[in-house]
Amino acid sequence: MAEFAQYIINGLSQGGTYALIALGYTMVFGILQLINFAHGEVFMLGAFTGLYTSKYAGLAILGTFNRLLTGSAETASTGAAILTAIVIILVAMCVCAAVGFCVERLAYRPLRASPRINLLITAVGVSLFFQNAGQLLFGSDPKAFPDLFENLEPWTFGADENLIVINPLQVFVFITAITLMLILRHVIFHTRLGRAMRAVSFNHDLASLMGIPTNQIIAATFMMGSSLAGAAGVMVGMTYPKVEPLMGSLPGLKAFCAAVLGGIGNVTGAVLGSFILGLAEALLSGYGTPTYKDALAFTILILILLVKPSGLLGVNRTEKV
Amino acid sequence: MFLKNIFISLTFAGAASASPLFADTIKIGEVGSMTGSEATFGVSTHEGIQLAIKEQNAKGGIKGKKVELISLDDQGKPEEAAIATTKLISQDKVTAILGEVSSSRSLAMAPIAQQNKIPMVSPSSTNPKVTEVGDYIFRVCFIDPFQGAVMAKFAAETLKVKKVAILRDVKSDYSVGLSDYFTAAFKKSGGEIVVDQSYSSGEVDFNSQLTSIRAKKPDAIFVPGYYTEVGLIAKQARKLGIKVPLMGGDGWDSDKLYEIGGKALNNTFFSNHYSKDDQAPAVQNFVKNYKSAYNRSPDGLAAMGYDAAVILFAAIEKTKTGTNAEIRAELAKIKEFQAVTGKITIDEKRNASKPAVVLEVKDGKFLYKSTVNP
Repeated sequence: MAEFAQYIINGLSQGGTYALIALGYTMVFGILQLINFAHGEVFMLGAFTGLYTSKYAGLAILGTFNRLLTGSAETASTGAAILTAIVIILVAMCVCAAVGFCVERLAYRPLRASPRINLLITAVGVSLFFQNAGQLLFGSDPKAFPDLFENLEPWTFGADENLIVINPLQVFVFITAITLMLILRHVIFHTRLGRAMRAVSFNHDLASLMGIPTNQIIAATFMMGSSLAGAAGVMVGMTYPKVEPLMGSLPGLKAFCAAVLGGIGNVTGAVLGSFILGLAEALLSGYGTPTYKDALAFTILILILLVKPSGLLGVNRTEKV
Repeated sequence: MFLKNIFISLTFAGAASASPLFADTIKIGEVGSMTGSEATFGVSTHEGIQLAIKEQNAKGGIKGKKVELISLDDQGKPEEAAIATTKLISQDKVTAILGEVSSSRSLAMAPIAQQNKIPMVSPSSTNPKVTEVGDYIFRVCFIDPFQGAVMAKFAAETLKVKKVAILRDVKSDYSVGLSDYFTAAFKKSGGEIVVDQSYSSGEVDFNSQLTSIRAKKPDAIFVPGYYTEVGLIAKQARKLGIKVPLMGGDGWDSDKLYEIGGKALNNTFFSNHYSKDDQAPAVQNFVKNYKSAYNRSPDGLAAMGYDAAVILFAAIEKTKTGTNAEIRAELAKIKEFQAVTGKITIDEKRNASKPAVVLEVKDGKFLYKSTVNP
């Protein structure tokens, strides 16, 4: 029983990281109907930003928060650790938002009027560009993410065969994924910006006739989506401290599968799909053969496209020809 | 990294312009993972080889000719290793090839070298299949049946454990082979393998595999993977409350192991080709020269790269005219050769028969535990 509980915890934490990537994917798709394949690479850039921020400023930030909370820079506290993580995540989110803005401005906007397939191929191109530029810039060997939370003990319940271990970082990732989803839902459905986004998503030309600055709205969408990927990158780097320029492609594809499973374009669906995928992977590795873990996401993708192409929570859109 | 690429392309351009016939240098090709996720393997081996060449050329080269190294990067991919081998043979007309570290990549290169009858010496591919490709393929390291037996013996006799779990990388010939040989040897000595789990290199989450291993309550876990994954596995295992020793093979040997795994790596052991703490003069001399050239301590793969090059040079030196067939014959005759990593004898299957050491990881240092002779 404890073993099963541990698998569920592992699955939820893995699902949380997929959810963070899938949110950005699904958002850009929802507004633009563009599958932004470079999203996985923005995630990678976020991880590297986090890595260098924590390497060169992490201890200073942690020390400052420790001093503010406990009075001494040396005393470790969970609160300070979480605040430090949030600062590092915010830095990565800003950098990634800038990257997202540049990608949209330089690669996608000039192609706005061309057929969608051109945009799709460009997205693949941008993704390859970042993978190789990353190898040139950072070197292709894996880098170790500095461990700022070494003193943070995992929470344990029970003992021996009934031992259940929860890593505070896993809980942090889980909560962040849910919080960001709620914020995103609020922005999309209850703000002026969100209304404009939905209008643009409905019809670009009509929206601009209504006085909506289409270009700005699309740029804002990209920046929001990319900053989510940046946050995901930092959190994955903190949980699995190995960062490399090619780390974005597989999680990116799996998050895409999760987004399709939940219904692409649907924010709640992306999170639901990610948790289902994370749990399925954890249970398959635990009780079945971990060898097929990577194949699982794509099997689910094929099945859902056959059975319910709109995804679990998706709505059928009629393609206009 | 960028400078290195320029360096490689410069040597390459220089080589291409020289006439392959009546050349005034002896060209040795090298294929290694200078970049990619196992970059420290390639870089360490490359530095070892370069040191050997520098020393040989300082002594006047081989038969009065300078040795020239042409290095190609395979980015850690078997298909790139095969392309690089073809390039070295058909364009650069190399005399012999040194490489690769990983068995999967050596297995991609060996058929090409064999077909063209170019002697190939692998510094540290330990899977038995590598030299079975043909009579032009050699290696200067021990093979996995021996390495597996060394760790099985260490587990049974030194750690005194009865129940061992295995966590293997199914994508790597090296890891699968070593797991099988360890299992066979450990069972023979009366031990029990309680669970055999697997992962694929490149993954970052091993919590599920480790949870299922934890449920079987092993006394130790054998993880014969490469350092990139092993560091994460150790970390996640300790977080899950698994305190038993972890064991592995020479794929652990990298400074990056500790950078990624940190303190989680205490109480872990792995078999390796040599220990830099060995007081033998050959070892200490090598460590000193390597440190003055590269400003860091050599790992096992650097020592193996050095030995592979030195043995190849010795074989070429002994030939009459330096033809490929002669070099092959001389390599096969190597006996009791005093190299850095021990006395090396090439057996009839073109494998090296030599001792292995077991090292303990403690606070980032690899401490010498014991030597096992073949």
